[in-house]
Amino acid sequence: MKNVKVLGAGCANCRNTVKLIETIAHDQGIDIQLEKVEGMKDITSYGIMSTPGVVIDGQVVHAGGVPSRQKVEGWLTANSA
Amino acid sequence: MTATARDAPIESLIAVAGRWPRSQPRAFLALAAFLWALLYRALAPASEVLVSALPVDRASHLGGALQFFLYDTPKVLLLLTGIVFVMGMVNSHFTPERTRALLAGRTEGAANVMAASLGVVTPFCSCSAVPLFIGFVQAGVPLGVTFSFLISAPMVNEVALTLLFGLFGWQIAVLYLGLGLSVAIVAGWIIGRLKMEASLEDWVSQMPRVDPRLGEHTVTLPERIEAGFGAVREIVGRVWPYILAGIAVGAAIHGYVPEAFMASIMGKDAWWAVPLAVLMGVPMYTNAAGVIPIVQALLTKGAALGTVLAFMMSVIALSLPELVILRKVLRPRLIATFVAVVASGILLVGYVFNAVL
Repeated sequence: MKNVKVLGAGCANCRNTVKLIETIAHDQGIDIQLEKVEGMKDITSYGIMSTPGVVIDGQVVHAGGVPSRQKVEGWLTANSA
Repeated sequence: MTATARDAPIESLIAVAGRWPRSQPRAFLALAAFLWALLYRALAPASEVLVSALPVDRASHLGGALQFFLYDTPKVLLLLTGIVFVMGMVNSHFTPERTRALLAGRTEGAANVMAASLGVVTPFCSCSAVPLFIGFVQAGVPLGVTFSFLISAPMVNEVALTLLFGLFGWQIAVLYLGLGLSVAIVAGWIIGRLKMEASLEDWVSQMPRVDPRLGEHTVTLPERIEAGFGAVREIVGRVWPYILAGIAVGAAIHGYVPEAFMASIMGKDAWWAVPLAVLMGVPMYTNAAGVIPIVQALLTKGAALGTVLAFMMSVIALSLPELVILRKVLRPRLIATFVAVVASGILLVGYVFNAVL
């Protein structure tokens, strides 16, 4: 199961990103473990400079703005090593 | 109607529009620019025709207000869509990481000017202020230079400049750009001179250093177009209700408030008008997009330009929510210095304009 973290301190875009990932995972029937990381210290420790950020299995894949549907689908369906 | 039913046609439109720019990016841009210009030219006659078709006397208060609303709303929204799209394409080049790499290791002075200018073109949302701040500090960007960026990025942005251009004309937009940059450069430089690095919260100064060099990644034209669409969806989608509300209030002021009424309250002669405008602006952050149409209407009723500019800058640059966010990384002393320096800059801008014009 993939571990997906959304980094962001509760701005509108961060909430939309969480919702988008939830919806896509649900639509595609993919089981994911979704976490929201809201502490500033934790967010910055991933080295991103704009929120929301998305981390999949410990790897930063996105920073800044709501990601596109295609991107999210790509992350969720990619084979994890 | 459910949310999905409402979104479906928009989603499919985006899907269709999404394929073509990828295969023929240049042709797409040329056609889009042509259609945009055509629409823009048709607005003024169309709104006159529309108002004359309504059972309202064009010369009446209501007629004046309606014409203002029906012309200015589509004009501003169309301008905003066009400019946000272009800026979205430009912004895809100036990521915060690239900006940081450009600023790291530079000495103050010239770097303040650079930081303030980069603040205009780098995409920024106040909820990202802290990660951005830390990212800059970690890479060794001087504190004052970081502040020049943080002041200019939200204050001098494409939404504010477009609204100013659409409602006041290019002279005021250029003036605002110049003044906004000056406040950001000088305020950042002063904060740098004050050597307040000790006023960062401990966990911030203890963050590990970061190498600001970039991996090579070139953005293709289709990717840029996609970034443009993304910016329009995100920014125009967020600010249009504020603009609509702002223009509606502006239209009412336009049609009903007597000429020169504002001169007594916000005119040149009232010395306290500028500080009051700055003070009133601080808690008003979220309405930045809506405040400019109102301010335009006030200006036509005799409010002084310097007072109005000071009000706008304060609304956008000094916002309570952003200060609360910044408090997580800055000690109160540095927050207070930041507010004091920026507020003085804005006051100066207000007074100078009232005195000169």
